Amino acid sequence: MALLEVNDLKTHFRTDDGIVKAVDGVSFSIEKGQTLGIVGESGSGKSVTCLTIMGLNSRVNTISSGAALWKGKDLLKMSTRQLRSVRGDDIAMIFQDPMTSLNPVKSIGAQLIEAILLHRDVSKKQAKARALELLKAVGIPRPERRIDDYPHQFSGGMRQRVMIAMALINDPDLLIADEPTTALDVTTQAQILNLMTKLQADFGSAIIMITHDLGVIAEIADEVVVMYAARVAEQAPIDNLFRRPHHPYTWGLLGSLPRLDTDVERLIQIQGQPPSLLNPPKGCRFHPRCPYVMEICKMTEPDLLPVSHDPEHFQRCHLDEDTKDREAAKLTHMGDAA
Amino acid sequence: MIRYLIRRLLWACALFVVITIVTFVIFFMIPVNPAKQACGQRATPTCIKNTTHTLGLDRPVSIQYLRFMDRLVLHLNLGRSFVTRQSVNKTVLNAAPVSASLVFGGAIVWMLIALPVGILSALRPRSTLDRTAMVFVLIGISAHPVWIGLIFLYFFAFKLGWFQIGGYCNFFHPVGGCGGPVQWAWHMVLPWATFAILFTALYVRMIRANVMEASNEDYVRTARAKGAPEWIVIRSHILRNALLPVVTMLGMDIGVALGTAIFTESVYGLPGLGKTALDSISSFDLPVTQGIVVFATLSIIFFNLIVDLLYAVIDPRIRLT
Repeated sequence: MALLEVNDLKTHFRTDDGIVKAVDGVSFSIEKGQTLGIVGESGSGKSVTCLTIMGLNSRVNTISSGAALWKGKDLLKMSTRQLRSVRGDDIAMIFQDPMTSLNPVKSIGAQLIEAILLHRDVSKKQAKARALELLKAVGIPRPERRIDDYPHQFSGGMRQRVMIAMALINDPDLLIADEPTTALDVTTQAQILNLMTKLQADFGSAIIMITHDLGVIAEIADEVVVMYAARVAEQAPIDNLFRRPHHPYTWGLLGSLPRLDTDVERLIQIQGQPPSLLNPPKGCRFHPRCPYVMEICKMTEPDLLPVSHDPEHFQRCHLDEDTKDREAAKLTHMGDAA
Repeated sequence: MIRYLIRRLLWACALFVVITIVTFVIFFMIPVNPAKQACGQRATPTCIKNTTHTLGLDRPVSIQYLRFMDRLVLHLNLGRSFVTRQSVNKTVLNAAPVSASLVFGGAIVWMLIALPVGILSALRPRSTLDRTAMVFVLIGISAHPVWIGLIFLYFFAFKLGWFQIGGYCNFFHPVGGCGGPVQWAWHMVLPWATFAILFTALYVRMIRANVMEASNEDYVRTARAKGAPEWIVIRSHILRNALLPVVTMLGMDIGVALGTAIFTESVYGLPGLGKTALDSISSFDLPVTQGIVVFATLSIIFFNLIVDLLYAVIDPRIRLT
């Protein structure tokens, strides 16, 4: 049984302008100790997917359907109490902006200890020892002196380390990281990614890494889900995806990635804007921006189907194999990244 | 911490000097001779001349100010009233407890109402409670305390006879027939209510806005992601942050409230600082006016200092800067 199996997940928000279908039929699964990358541009529904799994969307205007089976039990059908015991214990989450994700008036020690005491029946002293252990593991220098400091006394990178420590403190089976490096500068990004890879080896947690950066995905993921306009565009094991990307949107993402080993005048850019989810385009959702658009793309939406010679690779595109071979070949050097 | 305290105290001294000078200057800009007022309706030139000399009004304003400061700083003496020749110290000390009863009692009333109403309407926006509270806020901000006071007096004191029509009772010893805690509180109910309405309205709105803002912060989501139950999320993550600014506001508003208290004191005939100030200004009694200004300034400075220190204790971000 998969650790987490998401089936046809839909999250719709009621707004004054109508219903925004932020996630519209997303399925994937993740095994123990595995890393799944979810990639897509802003507004493609990747964060909402994970917030829905965690039950963290505002209850007032959200309609969710489908299933998110956690070790066989549906998270979407759990009571608040059951869900609370899963959150922060079995599934933990790291957020995008470490500057605002920690409570400014509580010491980081107090926030770490709170995370333990919510789930474990241990003394405050034991909890503090565990907090120190984790701060050390995430590379905070002299943790016994920093544990009583407040968030404003830490830099962005250090705060994200604290967030990671807080997420891992109860040894979760799954860690959801929602763009954990986006708000950090480039050198710090690399440090945080290395730290996460190292900790994954030590703690054995599975990771869902949400990002808009295929470079990050190449670095740490085993399996990739490419999301576009609330749906999965392409889904494959990492090597397969980088060896032979099938969807023009994935090509666009790869083409817009700066690389050291090729000399490109200008990065290729995906034309246009992501569609409004209030009123998504008919047919293939990518067709208004797709350079290979055909008549059929405007009429019918392609299904997410396995690639003929690569059954673990799923894609949602009408293009014929020959065209795909030709176009994807232009990007083959991307295979090196994986 | 010590440096912070010293800096605050130096600021307080500067503020004090500026305010007393301004009061002095304003007073001498008014084209009225206090000596003439002191001599009464049948003022003879001799009387005016003598009084002018006795009151020290024949000296330059700067000298008068220095003499005033000298008396105040070295002897803690505010001088004597131009009109009644009574000690200003005594006048102020008699009036201060009345104003303190009104302002502090009022502050307790407004916080007791504003805290729960503000928090609950922020947690349940657009609920019936929230909508009702917002209508009340609008009325509370718009209605003037004098008008509210008169309405209350008419209905609750005159028509229904539940309360005395104005007046004050000493908390400790009976003066002129009434006194003691019960009578004191009984006489203060209507003034407290009148006085607290404006501030309750302002505070409900402020607390509601702060709590709503804090509820949307990222660290609240972090707390939920940790698996914290809702009451812990509210108590130790939302309220801790949302109520910090309320502490500052409360400290400043106690000062502002001393000013607003004038209206309530006038309507209910409470012999507090506001009413005394009003009387002394209309009879051009500089020492009493100045005495009340000095007292009010000192208490505002004192409360702000307390709030600053308290803030440094409850907000970790201020402690080390």
